[in-house]
Amino acid sequence: MQSSKNALSSLWQTLFGHPVRAFGVVSLLVLFSLAIAPAKNHFSEWRHYQKQYLSLIGNRGDAKTLQLHFHDHDGIQQIWLPGLGVVDRCTTCHVGLKEASLADVSTQPFRRHPVIPHTLDQFGCVMCHRGQGPATTVEEAHRSTAAWEQPLLPARYVQSSCGQCHRAPLTGTPQLNLGRNLLARYGCVHCHTIKLPDGSAIKPTDNPPSLSHIADKSTREWVYAWLKDPRAYAVTSTMPNFKLSDPDARDISAFLISNSAPLAGDTAAATKDKDQKAPDPTAGASLYGESFCASCHAVQNAAGNVVGGDIGPELTRVGNKVKPEWLRAWLRNPRVYDPITAMPHYRLTDPQVNLLAAFLGNKTDADLLSNVHLDAATSEQIAHGKLLVAEYGCASCHEIGGIKKPDNFAPELTRIGSKPLTQIIFLPGMEHSTPAYISAKIRQPRSFGAALKMPQYTFAPAQIDALTTALLALTDRAHELPMALTVPAKPPSNYQPAGRAGQLMTDLACFSCHAINGRGGDLAPDLTWEGSSVQRVWLQAFMKNPGTLRPALIRRMPKFNLSDSDITEISDYIMAVYQTPAFDRDSMPSSGYPPAQVEQGKQLFYSKYACQSCHIVDTKVDKGYVGPTLTQVGSRLTAAWIYHWLKDPQAMRPGAVEPNRNMNDEDARALTAFLMTQKGSSKQEAKK
Amino acid sequence: MNRAIPDQNVRTQRLKPGLTQCSYRSAGALRHPKSGATPFRHWRTLFAVSLVVVSAACTQKLGPASVLKPTGFGAALVESSGGKQTGATGMVLAQPLVVQVNDEQGTAVTGALVEFGGPAGVGFDPASGLTDSSGQLSTNVTLGGVAGRYQLTAHTAAKTQKPVELKIEEIALGFQEQVGYQLDNKYCARCHNPESTAERVSNYDNLAVKPHPFTEGDTLNKMTDADLTSIISHGGPALNKSALMPPYGYTLSKIEIEALIAYIRLISDPPYHASGTVYAQK
Repeated sequence: MQSSKNALSSLWQTLFGHPVRAFGVVSLLVLFSLAIAPAKNHFSEWRHYQKQYLSLIGNRGDAKTLQLHFHDHDGIQQIWLPGLGVVDRCTTCHVGLKEASLADVSTQPFRRHPVIPHTLDQFGCVMCHRGQGPATTVEEAHRSTAAWEQPLLPARYVQSSCGQCHRAPLTGTPQLNLGRNLLARYGCVHCHTIKLPDGSAIKPTDNPPSLSHIADKSTREWVYAWLKDPRAYAVTSTMPNFKLSDPDARDISAFLISNSAPLAGDTAAATKDKDQKAPDPTAGASLYGESFCASCHAVQNAAGNVVGGDIGPELTRVGNKVKPEWLRAWLRNPRVYDPITAMPHYRLTDPQVNLLAAFLGNKTDADLLSNVHLDAATSEQIAHGKLLVAEYGCASCHEIGGIKKPDNFAPELTRIGSKPLTQIIFLPGMEHSTPAYISAKIRQPRSFGAALKMPQYTFAPAQIDALTTALLALTDRAHELPMALTVPAKPPSNYQPAGRAGQLMTDLACFSCHAINGRGGDLAPDLTWEGSSVQRVWLQAFMKNPGTLRPALIRRMPKFNLSDSDITEISDYIMAVYQTPAFDRDSMPSSGYPPAQVEQGKQLFYSKYACQSCHIVDTKVDKGYVGPTLTQVGSRLTAAWIYHWLKDPQAMRPGAVEPNRNMNDEDARALTAFLMTQKGSSKQEAKK
Repeated sequence: MNRAIPDQNVRTQRLKPGLTQCSYRSAGALRHPKSGATPFRHWRTLFAVSLVVVSAACTQKLGPASVLKPTGFGAALVESSGGKQTGATGMVLAQPLVVQVNDEQGTAVTGALVEFGGPAGVGFDPASGLTDSSGQLSTNVTLGGVAGRYQLTAHTAAKTQKPVELKIEEIALGFQEQVGYQLDNKYCARCHNPESTAERVSNYDNLAVKPHPFTEGDTLNKMTDADLTSIISHGGPALNKSALMPPYGYTLSKIEIEALIAYIRLISDPPYHASGTVYAQK
């Protein structure tokens, strides 16, 4: 102890014993401390990467150019966009981002940025990739720290960033588009409110059935089985699994059935069919086919594949679900039971209704309800069921007589994409990031707590990623961006045709497949300008007996068995109202073109424009399968429409596949003349 | 515009490290030092050291040894579904990859251990597993961050010494190629893709002059970007080819045509090498 003290004091003496020596030592210390900052700078991470970059490009053929680009900008780089709040120094280490010739380099941080429609100088980096822009070390820039908690966004969710500004679907972001569709289609927004920066809210696109009259439609046994596991009934079901216990499912089914009020006209006794005792199953199957039920409804085949459309529910086991008397009434007129259903009101005759009902009624699965044995419901069970219905928020999606739709049933997700990490309770072992949290919540909601109400959905991994992407787009930044930067989606259209024709079009659910003035589906052609396009006689014949215009099309327009007066009503309306302002449909004659012009058109059709690659005019020679068959186009379309279509197809129907040929006037007129001679014949049509 | 993926195959531990492609390549690189004056005994030591280092590096990537104990052994590994998909870079493929293990008679083997591998950046969930009662194992594949073709492998231990390997290819699309893929689906595939799907009947067989499928690298790789731009914009006659190919220059934008070409270049088989790649080889 004493000796070490002595040693210390002698050291002190040596260093500071004399004023000159002390001055020298202090000067050295000051000099040393002054050198710390330059040394730190010299050995910094980013310099290391820049040196690596120089040695990487040194041996390349284009080294001179790359070095020149680099020496224009060595040192710390910064993209500063005050209007967007962007201060990004990422380009300090990611030196080659803008170098197109580095396409073959795959090592980071020297990769070229993939080609995108925006430039780095426009938006910087963190707008899309997140992370800490001003940081100059990898750790601080890429990962979350105590001070900065925005980590890099994993590449698999990067499309979410596009969604901050772009509200409309983009060609290059299929994952984001799918996620947004799923949010609306799987009814997420029934429970979770999602407000968009423009003040509107995402609307659900599914239409969960009303349960107010469920007893007319289904049995309690089916309701019980469905509640226990919707996927056991239909593999395409969008209803999630609430993981209900047996008594809970029993009580909810008891409540729903007892709460159901009968609805006048939604059941129908079988009409007596004198000719046939039992309906013929093959006749039922062919009526199902002829009515194009499969355009909207899917059925699981023996191989387990689901075949058919997804507009209506899957019908694989529909016989287990619906009561025969309800099914008959539904087929006769679905709008009695559900006024806003997407199902058209087919004008089926009574024997047809019986045939279809018998065919569908046979679609059963013996195992589905065989183990369901429910005793008569007690009043306690019904009361408990009512409590459970309120607790699980069933009325958020379904209309249930006497139960109010709950408000703000689940947390609002308007800014979920920016949810601070400090506010999230992660599961043990889970990666601490917002995307990991969101996707885990979607994958297994109840893993965060058995008492949570959110049900279990069945999604494929790609669907979970898509949903996560759509939710990650809902950031603070999306809400704070200047409105001028956002690219809004098309505003939703509430278009409703007027008068009796409008009622008929609603009754036939035209909007389930066709779009008119921005409202409706995309399964069938847009009819906004149908009145300028087609001839009245053809339109009426088509509605009476819809044939197919495109040989390779599977989903087709069904035959609704319309009366002549209904057809006249609708066709009058279409011809009068759905006209383009661009031209007069009667401005060109439908026949009487000079033979020379027709012949010239034929030459152009087959040689210069080679239309036969996609269209058929002569069924013996032409084979084109892409566009509609043109054998009777002269009696189907107006000459003015053909002419204007040839001049600019996309102007007539946005998104048309037929290319714009920049056709001169003479060629367009000659082709129109030739096509107008293709009147077809009823015999030829009948043969097909 | 070389889109080849760096071949950094993750190898299984049971393969002799000295025989892996990985170590061969690294060893080869050391065998030819820049100076060329290294004495013989030195490079032999170096070779031995490199073997140890590389094999350590190879096994390091695998992480802890698999704890799964196979209960069955097959003789063949076949792809059941999920190969030849196109997906976006860094994202999960839409369909899982399903492989099946069969024995000599072609019967499915239950409980065989299958391990998946691929270039850097590719993820498998799960990366290995035992086959189910139908002899199959399904995994979700996440593609790497660089656009290109990804050669994936699946291994299963056979009764004999040599493990059975199956090669599977998936294609990762960058943003530009993704746009091209969508455009191809809408405008081109109807004629250029001979395969029909449930939603799309191919028009290929109906055409008097057959179009070139976009994977046909032997033909398309010889054409420059300018040639392709010209034929897409102005139609077949622009290059003295068939008028059955219409012009899309008034329908598609310049950016869209560039995206389409980027996509065509990416899926070309054999792969397309642009002149730019010579820089890296020098």
